[in-house]
Amino acid sequence: MNLLRVSSPHIQGPNSSVEAVMKQVLLATIPGVLVMTYFFGPGTLINILVGGAMALAFEAWALWLRGRDYKTIIRDHSIIVTSTLLCIAIPPYAPWWLLLVGIGISVLLGKHAFGGLGYNPFNPAMVGYVVLLISFPLQMSSWTEPRGIGEVPGFVDAITALLMPTSYDAVTAATPLDLFRQNEGMMFSDLMSAHPEMMGTVAGVGWDWVNLAFLLGGIWLLRQRIFTWHAPVGMVGALALCAVIGFDNGSSTGGGSVLFHLFSGATMFGAFFIITDPVSSAVSNRGRLIFGALVGVLVYLIRVHGNYPDAVAFGVLIMNFAAPFIDQYTQPKVYGTRQETKE
Amino acid sequence: MRQIHDIHGGIHPPERKELSRPGKVIDGPVPAQLILPLSQHIGAPASPIVAVGDHVLGGQMIAEAQGPVSVPVHAPNSGTVVAIESRAVPHASGMSDTCIVIELDGEDTWAPTSGIADWREHNRLELMNCVRQAGIAGLGGAGFPTAIKLASDRDQGIHTLIINGTECEPYISADDTVMQCYADEIVAGAEILAHIVGAETILLAVEDNKPDAAAAMTTAAMNCEMAEVVTFPTKYPSGGEKQLIEILLNAQVPSGGIPADIGVLCQNPSTAIAVLEAITLGKPLTTRITTVTGEALSDPGNRRVMLGTPIKDLLGQAGFDSTAGNRVIHGGPMMGFAVTDLNMPVVKITNCVLAPTADELPPPQPVQPCIRCGHCAEACPASLLPQQLYWYARAKDHEQLERHNLFDCIECGACAYVCPSHIPLVQYYRSAKSSIKDAQQEKVRSDNSRGRFEARQERLEREAAAKEVKRAARKAAAEARAASGEDPVQAAIERAKAKKAQQERVDS
Amino acid sequence: MLDLLMNSPILLALTAIVGMGVVFGSLLGFASVKFEVDGNPLSDQINSILPQTQCGQCGYPGCRPYAEAIADGDAINKCPPGGEDTIQALANLLDVEPEPLDAEHGTEKEPLVAFIREAECIGCTKCIQACPVDAILGAAKVMHTVIADECTGCDLCVEPCPVDCIDMVARKTGIRHWSWPLPNPHNSPLVIASDRPVGEAA
Repeated sequence: MNLLRVSSPHIQGPNSSVEAVMKQVLLATIPGVLVMTYFFGPGTLINILVGGAMALAFEAWALWLRGRDYKTIIRDHSIIVTSTLLCIAIPPYAPWWLLLVGIGISVLLGKHAFGGLGYNPFNPAMVGYVVLLISFPLQMSSWTEPRGIGEVPGFVDAITALLMPTSYDAVTAATPLDLFRQNEGMMFSDLMSAHPEMMGTVAGVGWDWVNLAFLLGGIWLLRQRIFTWHAPVGMVGALALCAVIGFDNGSSTGGGSVLFHLFSGATMFGAFFIITDPVSSAVSNRGRLIFGALVGVLVYLIRVHGNYPDAVAFGVLIMNFAAPFIDQYTQPKVYGTRQETKE
Repeated sequence: MRQIHDIHGGIHPPERKELSRPGKVIDGPVPAQLILPLSQHIGAPASPIVAVGDHVLGGQMIAEAQGPVSVPVHAPNSGTVVAIESRAVPHASGMSDTCIVIELDGEDTWAPTSGIADWREHNRLELMNCVRQAGIAGLGGAGFPTAIKLASDRDQGIHTLIINGTECEPYISADDTVMQCYADEIVAGAEILAHIVGAETILLAVEDNKPDAAAAMTTAAMNCEMAEVVTFPTKYPSGGEKQLIEILLNAQVPSGGIPADIGVLCQNPSTAIAVLEAITLGKPLTTRITTVTGEALSDPGNRRVMLGTPIKDLLGQAGFDSTAGNRVIHGGPMMGFAVTDLNMPVVKITNCVLAPTADELPPPQPVQPCIRCGHCAEACPASLLPQQLYWYARAKDHEQLERHNLFDCIECGACAYVCPSHIPLVQYYRSAKSSIKDAQQEKVRSDNSRGRFEARQERLEREAAAKEVKRAARKAAAEARAASGEDPVQAAIERAKAKKAQQERVDS
Repeated sequence: MLDLLMNSPILLALTAIVGMGVVFGSLLGFASVKFEVDGNPLSDQINSILPQTQCGQCGYPGCRPYAEAIADGDAINKCPPGGEDTIQALANLLDVEPEPLDAEHGTEKEPLVAFIREAECIGCTKCIQACPVDAILGAAKVMHTVIADECTGCDLCVEPCPVDCIDMVARKTGIRHWSWPLPNPHNSPLVIASDRPVGEAA
């Protein structure tokens, strides 16, 4: 009998593996992606599939360059999650080269330059997104008209847009956050009546449903104990609080309502899928609460007073810088270090 | 109804206790030879007081304690000492240590014993000495010499004695069995312990997954006014003494301290019985109840086994199928260690021998990188940050490890249990702890060596300086003599003549 | 003058930056004088990190001369008895890059102590004179023995012995000195004994 000498413990818990965690995260994105497909067409779905294939290829190459066993490591699905999150964030009818550059940067610069899974200080999807946003502002702001406003492109259009971008006749429209940013001195309520098709009931036609779907996915992940409530609640709470403080009854220079901020753009997606990336956020629960809250504050500030319509990516990257600092000052009180003396 | 509290973190692994049929004590095997390691406890090994070829009686002391933190070893039955040599012993390293090997003669003759019936009249030092001479070490698994633990007095004394019947680790049911079968003895032993340390309250702690044991203990405790049975929800690792104190008393043992610092003492139920027998009957520690369990056995159960019984014999009696499993674990699945040589004996700390099948306890899964999910920090009962400890242990950053309270880790394994990347966290912490202790010892050594070196340099300089002074003095004397016109050679001849003349005078 | 500055943004920027430089520079200079810490001289700090074996393998006659050399800029990777831990500690102290042990000066071995085979000792005191920490007990024509607790393992006594009766034995052996090694650094499961790379101890 070949007896093993390994350290205790000799049993392992039901939280089976990194793959299982990643698979659950992917499952939770499905409602959001389906809603996006309903409102904006199959572009996002196609991006996710093509992007996923590109990501696997890039990661295998990076691992081979680093001399690692890529065949086993690829199977931990972590890069699929990164590419899916990135593809959800970029406009649905992006050309293939945008995808390639974005995914390449995410995988190579955002993840493997730092050492692979578990070593990246920044959220890799957000690294790719921000590089694309700053380098290709035109393509990155070409969102289509949602269903109910205009024609939703079909499958063929989506393939054309991806592979032959120059021959694709895109009909782009501003997102609600774009309109909010470009507001030419109108009261918020007037803005909504001037663009009813865009501003919708709460936060934009289509966008409120998308956010709701990601919220549901996120709540499911919470139930599955993939992450704790601290970071998402921190972000949503802080964003809501800032919106309440900055709300001045919808004036032209005001901050927008709470519901508008919570259900437009990438708020729910960011709260439950981006800031909950455990590798780049804070370590302790208190730290995560602070991390999420500061992301929320940054998102509000950049949306209202900054130069970009949506700010989740920037907010997250800035807080990724601060995460080690937060860790330093939010260590839990270790057993036996309580100040009071008992009996 | 005493109010109980909760600890931070903790896990709920599958209990699997019914497999070992708690509540029934089976007699263990009688092997041909008993192998008794000199070190079955924390502290200095005992020193043999018998020689090869000696005949020993059951209960006879065969090795005496060395120094204060040590316990003696007794022969569990009569026989002849056939060897005092290095044999495989139960230790995570799988290495060997000196053992006394006794060939049993089957006569079952015992050394005479005498107990102290009126222990209440005796002072605590006498009683503690009796405990020490009986070879009692903590039978819960740690093996700390009980007499030392009883002597750990602080200014305010001990006010609460806790009998730790928690037994939170999966599979193990030895304490459960002991509590069901010997509840009266446990309470009686607890009374003696409380008398020795001066405690006013005895808490008999039982987890709520042991209703039969709790009932038995409650019945037994009715005869003792200061004893109270406390049950609390099952969670691993509630049985760690620091965690148990937090649950029962809502108090935390100060970091780096011991429970006596806050006036509490914890003892295992089997230890209480051993103390009772040692004091009232004068019986030394020679057997223990061990859970022998696992699906690779056809007859698992709790056995009263003689110390020194080879594990092979114990497993054989339980119907061990060696092809079904890939390892045998000494202790429980969370804190035990795998044994490599089945000839090694049962010792005082052997609370369980686990023989699982390969499916029951699959081999460890491949290690994946840490994804910083934080599940480990949620599970840690000491509120540590296992993730940070892991990174610092890899980086060998001793300063940060100490700042993150590495030495408050109780090595329970809850963090490694929940880790989705299957990282062997506890091994990192154990390795880091010994590195830090080593480095501290090396520092003491090197400071000492530097001191000796500098002292030596000083000594050599002093000697050289003294030589220089003498040389200068001789030179000065020689110059003085030369200056006074004296011929040194003539002066030497004169001196020799004078000496010779004196010598002749003496001789004649 | 103010007008000139206001009208010329480049000049304004330059003045602002130079002004800030002067202010902060003087603040720093003041702080470096006022808050200066009276610490150990660097060579003392280095010497307290070195293992005090006094073996001379670094090329210097003892640990203090090497410490002083390091303070003057010599490489930190010349001490075999100190090994990787010492190099790491020196790198942290001096804020330089740690380098692997310089093989020219020796290899890192487990801690050793000298042991005199008393049957062969002739009582010549040559080893006693060689020992840098006076760890050998004895006198002329009287048995010599090594006090193991004081011996640093420098092996300077081995050479002078005319009958070659000194052995260097491992200091930390046996079950009481065992400790868990760090898990397999290659992050793959070490499941069966034959997985272990050849040459590594259990």
